[in-house]
Amino acid sequence: MTAPVVVFAVGNPSRGDDALGPELCGRLQKWLENQGLAGQVELIEDFQLQIEHALDLEGRQLALFIDAGHATPGPFTLERAHPAPLTGHSTHALEPQAVLEVFERTLHQPPPPAYILCVRGETFELGEGLSAAAEANLCQAFDLLCRLLVAPRLADWEAIATGG
Amino acid sequence: MTYQLETAANPEKLRRVAIDPVSRVEGHGKVTILLDDQNKVHQVRLHIVEFRGFEKFIQGRPYWEVPVMVQRLCGICPVSHHLAASKALDIIVGAKKLTPAAEKLRRLMHYGQMLQSHALHFFHLCSPDLLFGFDSDVTQRNIVGVAAAHPETAKRGVLLRKFGQEVIRVTAGKRVHGTGAVPGGVNKSLTIAERDLLLKDVYTMVAWARDAVHLIQKVHTQDPGLYNSFGIFRSNFMSIVGHNGDLDFYHGTLRARDDNGKIIFDGVDYQQYDKYIEEEVKPWSYMKFPYLRSLGKEHGWYKVGPLARVQNCNQISTPFAEHERREFVDYAGGSPMHAPLAYHWTRMIEMLHAAEQIKELLHDDDLLSDDLMVQGERAMEGVGVIEAPRGTLFHHYRVDENDLVTMANLIVSTTNNNQAMNEAVRHVARRYLHGREVTEGLLNHIEVAIRAFDPCLSCATHALGKMPLEVELVDVEGTQIHSLSRA
Repeated sequence: MTAPVVVFAVGNPSRGDDALGPELCGRLQKWLENQGLAGQVELIEDFQLQIEHALDLEGRQLALFIDAGHATPGPFTLERAHPAPLTGHSTHALEPQAVLEVFERTLHQPPPPAYILCVRGETFELGEGLSAAAEANLCQAFDLLCRLLVAPRLADWEAIATGG
Repeated sequence: MTYQLETAANPEKLRRVAIDPVSRVEGHGKVTILLDDQNKVHQVRLHIVEFRGFEKFIQGRPYWEVPVMVQRLCGICPVSHHLAASKALDIIVGAKKLTPAAEKLRRLMHYGQMLQSHALHFFHLCSPDLLFGFDSDVTQRNIVGVAAAHPETAKRGVLLRKFGQEVIRVTAGKRVHGTGAVPGGVNKSLTIAERDLLLKDVYTMVAWARDAVHLIQKVHTQDPGLYNSFGIFRSNFMSIVGHNGDLDFYHGTLRARDDNGKIIFDGVDYQQYDKYIEEEVKPWSYMKFPYLRSLGKEHGWYKVGPLARVQNCNQISTPFAEHERREFVDYAGGSPMHAPLAYHWTRMIEMLHAAEQIKELLHDDDLLSDDLMVQGERAMEGVGVIEAPRGTLFHHYRVDENDLVTMANLIVSTTNNNQAMNEAVRHVARRYLHGREVTEGLLNHIEVAIRAFDPCLSCATHALGKMPLEVELVDVEGTQIHSLSRA
């Protein structure tokens, strides 16, 4: 049975604030289990987004991408993501929009509604832990995730993303 | 030791063109080209921007943590580090020979890694260049462009990679951060259901891999003027080879050949690698420059990876890949092929071999066995070497009596190719940038040369906004006159 919501949490746990995605993923997993929602939301953690993640979008009603951001406004941003060609030139790590585009092109159907939660990070060095600033951002982002996932509905997500 | 175009005579008088980072390359790389007022190339260097700090990251850790920890060094080839570290630590725990089940399960994991990495590289990093041309619209030269214009090719790339990831998942326990290999063996075998899941698709994967070889062979042979000469330089090459000189990604002895194909050394036990390979440090790069000790710094550098492996081995043990190897060797005309774009052809031969090996292993009942671990006399030092997708990967550890790592030395595949990549970039700069205005299409020629080696210049930080592509122009006075960012 495919969970109606998929959450991608991206980052390297050993690279400073790049661990924001995996850390949120770990906390979410426990929270979903405690709430009895584990069957409603599939969590997928990876170092980075890749082409095969497009296949993980199949059969979903909603998708959420969580990643650390280098220069994103703090503590986080939540935005709707639409299929789009790559804006950068690295296909070693795709942006969420490009994953949606790969889905559309390979499965010949529109992807599920998707959002990006980008949590601001400060340092990304190998062997470092989360910075204090990122830790604070993480707590606020986790509160938001609980609101988004307790009863996931597109209208609610859109309202939160647009400040409505 | 310096090479032609490595260091300009009067760099302060030259204009600087920088590509930072190189696009579609893992992590951050930077190419600097110093030009004079007439756009004549005086100096070309491929830089590594970020210090990786691998060894420091590992020192002081209990040795049994290392095979899992090192996966965090690279988000693209974590399995390669996982297996190289496990092989080194096999020596530490005295596991000189693994059980048949353990070795076959590790091999299966490794072939899965090869398949998914080579598929990603070909279908999604390089086929945009190959199918659209180096000077094509930059917005077309990416996976989305390929998907739009060649939907079946793009879809096969996605599904080949997905299959490789599934092989990794069932052997390592998880798609990422797996724990399958441990010092002395592996911690899980396959269930019948897992084996049957893979068997269902593996024949299709072999067929698609054969098609991919034929596609790149066609692309290459239709334009020999470009593919046989673009970025070309001659060098030694090195890899491990297996029993009877077979192509072997997982285990074997070190073999090196010179640029004419003559053996330099053969049958070398890689526990002795440091007697044969030395690493030079250069002040302008964080990445070291390895070379063969017997030939010295000037003549001892070499290339690794698919182009080296396919020409270094005597044969390939699987029939379809061996047929394609012979086709390649015949095309090369009996002497080694040195053209960087031939990496793509050989990479697809290797992907086919990996798919065939997976198919063969899935019919071997040892994969279902519970005889997974061995131990022996404890040692304080061990070296593990495998052929990673990008080339030969060395992991060398010493541990103390408290089981903590006291020394770690890693020579990653991209480091082995460091001088070779610099040479390719210099050749392209000489040929395509000399005396011209610098355009995006010309700069992409340099990126094409680098991508042929499939380098991994840094590892696994891909936070949004961390991977801009910047182009910087600095005039003869050192003033920045123009910069571009494509992030």
